[in-house]
Amino acid sequence: MDYMTIDGIKVPLEGEKNILSLIRKAGIDIPTFCYHSDLSIYGACRMCMVEDDRGKMFASCSEQPRAGMVIHTNTKKLQQYRKLIIELLLSTHCRDCTTCTKNGMCELQSLAYRVGVHSVRFENKKEELPIDMSSNCIVRDPNKCILCGDCVRTCAENQGIGAIDFAHRGSKMQIMPAFGKNICDTDCVGCGQCAVVCPTAAISIRTNVTEVWDAIEDPNKRVVAQIAPAVRVAVGDKFNIPKGENSMGKLVKALRIMGFDEVYDTNFGADLTVMEEAKEFAERLESGEKLPLFTSCCPGWVKFCENRYPEFAGNVSTCRSPMSMFSPVIKEYFADKDAKEGKQTYIVAIMPCTAKKDEILRPDNHTNGRQDTDIVITTQEIIRMIKQVGIKFETLESEACDTPFSMASGGASIFGITGGVTEAVLRHLSEDKDHATLESIKYSGIRGKEGFKEATVSMGDRQIRIAVVHGLKNTSDLLENIKAGKAEYDFVEVMACRRGCILGGGQPVPMGPTTRTARMNGIYQVDQLSSIRYTDENPFLERVWEDVIKGKEHELLHRAR
Amino acid sequence: MLDQSFYDKADEIISAHGKGKESLIPIMQDIQAVYRYIPPELLSYVAKNIGITEAKAYSVATFYENFSFDQKGKYVIKVCDGTACHVRKGTEILARLYKELDLSDSKRTTDDMMFTVETVSCLGACGLAPVMTINDTVHPAMTPDKVTEAIGKIREGEK
Repeated sequence: MDYMTIDGIKVPLEGEKNILSLIRKAGIDIPTFCYHSDLSIYGACRMCMVEDDRGKMFASCSEQPRAGMVIHTNTKKLQQYRKLIIELLLSTHCRDCTTCTKNGMCELQSLAYRVGVHSVRFENKKEELPIDMSSNCIVRDPNKCILCGDCVRTCAENQGIGAIDFAHRGSKMQIMPAFGKNICDTDCVGCGQCAVVCPTAAISIRTNVTEVWDAIEDPNKRVVAQIAPAVRVAVGDKFNIPKGENSMGKLVKALRIMGFDEVYDTNFGADLTVMEEAKEFAERLESGEKLPLFTSCCPGWVKFCENRYPEFAGNVSTCRSPMSMFSPVIKEYFADKDAKEGKQTYIVAIMPCTAKKDEILRPDNHTNGRQDTDIVITTQEIIRMIKQVGIKFETLESEACDTPFSMASGGASIFGITGGVTEAVLRHLSEDKDHATLESIKYSGIRGKEGFKEATVSMGDRQIRIAVVHGLKNTSDLLENIKAGKAEYDFVEVMACRRGCILGGGQPVPMGPTTRTARMNGIYQVDQLSSIRYTDENPFLERVWEDVIKGKEHELLHRAR
Repeated sequence: MLDQSFYDKADEIISAHGKGKESLIPIMQDIQAVYRYIPPELLSYVAKNIGITEAKAYSVATFYENFSFDQKGKYVIKVCDGTACHVRKGTEILARLYKELDLSDSKRTTDDMMFTVETVSCLGACGLAPVMTINDTVHPAMTPDKVTEAIGKIREGEK
């Protein structure tokens, strides 16, 4: 086998595409700002520079490994080089670390510490630029940008949107939408993937923590939390809990300590979605109209469809997302009690998603003019709240959610991952509710990390053609194929973020390969351990349907036309 | 909203260069040659037609000093501020132009849309320093008085 030598360690070449991967394989955490394994190589930040045995320096991310190479990653020359770069980056960077939303999580901050920048010799002469607060999902602060271009490449390459790009040149260079427009005036869908890769707070999640504390403080409000499926396998990340472990019980306990009155599981909402969406799908199959049916759980996708492919808007399911179905049901459920006690039910949705912050404001998700979900906070924000209170999350005892919205099927829990919605709907539509059916759906081809998956399942005498896609660039490719008549489907599941909600824009970072796999396994584990795997076996569902929903299916569970 | 004729012209230019993303710069150059600037709406239109994002087109357009989104006067005057012109008092040429036309570093075009004054780093005619061009006509060995004279001549001709 071929080898190269990194800091005296012999490292075998096993098809790595760049030297950087080999360095990491050797157990050295070489710093980078602009390198992400699922994006194109940009080579701009110069942090991953290495030196060969002849003293030549080059960026390890953009250099192919060759057998017999000898490189060093931490010579004196490299140390000084990295230090100077950070110092120069800081020379035009906002230095208000203590009041920054990224304080403690900022890669620039931690690298400045790591390479030993203790003072900056240069005066910051850069004029302060305005902050773009126009989006309901993200905030763009150009004063904190280091021009690594990660957001630009994520938006263009993974999401196929390209709402932002570099503009101007030299010291005037900025990342911005065309003509300096506001984010809200672009094709941005609010998926927040730019914030996921941003090493600083140049793009951050719009935070709504204050509103939640205000509501908790208000004695006239019944503050209800609903927790999305993907949150439970990520919230533990920042509390030394193994990656991907289901921390739902601890989260429920933490919310009660914080003062939430009721804590519910959005999975119950997902079960409602399965019922309604399966019904809608059966109707469309029957009539043969508006096929394929596109799922509608993902607000990023719904917006993308409206912006870029309005011709398919009629094919998108009229069902609201699980969150948006669940909130009006909760409000209906408490309506009499609220009136009697003079209270107001206030719903806080804890989501892995930044686009949900926009979804709740859309009038088509409102019931008779009432906003159903009052506020959305992301997993990152709930982590911040738990830390504010000082709860020792990892030591908490687990507790269950409140009835009747505590129990949900395993099918609902996998809504947080690509292929999950499809799997749950297929389970619901299948005639046999046995273990063999579960297995055959599991291996039908809808699981897995491939960006685009296809499956054909038989239902009665019909063959149902299914496509599952995640990442909006993959979605564009699929829609183009459908438009060109190259592909035909009955059911298409779309999730804007790669891998689905487990890697949503509001989830804690970093989300490298280990985290991805752990979260995926975690979600499937929740399903596997559920005593109820099929939506129609959820005993509370029927009760709630009878008591609350019956006769109001359309206004509560579907988007207004 | 731009007049339809602008879009028709853009269509004509796009079809001359092809709809690939590599045609962006030649298309922008041709548009600027026709209108002396790139109307922002046209840039968005071109981007959509050649299959790139508006943000990417804006990125390329702002990278090059040569492209402008601001409407320009009928006469575009470029004053060289390269080394040779600078040491031979090119700044006095610029100062006189500003004074004659009531312009400044922040206001580059006259209100009647007749004149636009720009500085450039080098016109490649250092032997003729200080030099300026009016719509691609080279005016060599300029003096402030020659500026006044040239402007006067144009104004006379426009009457």
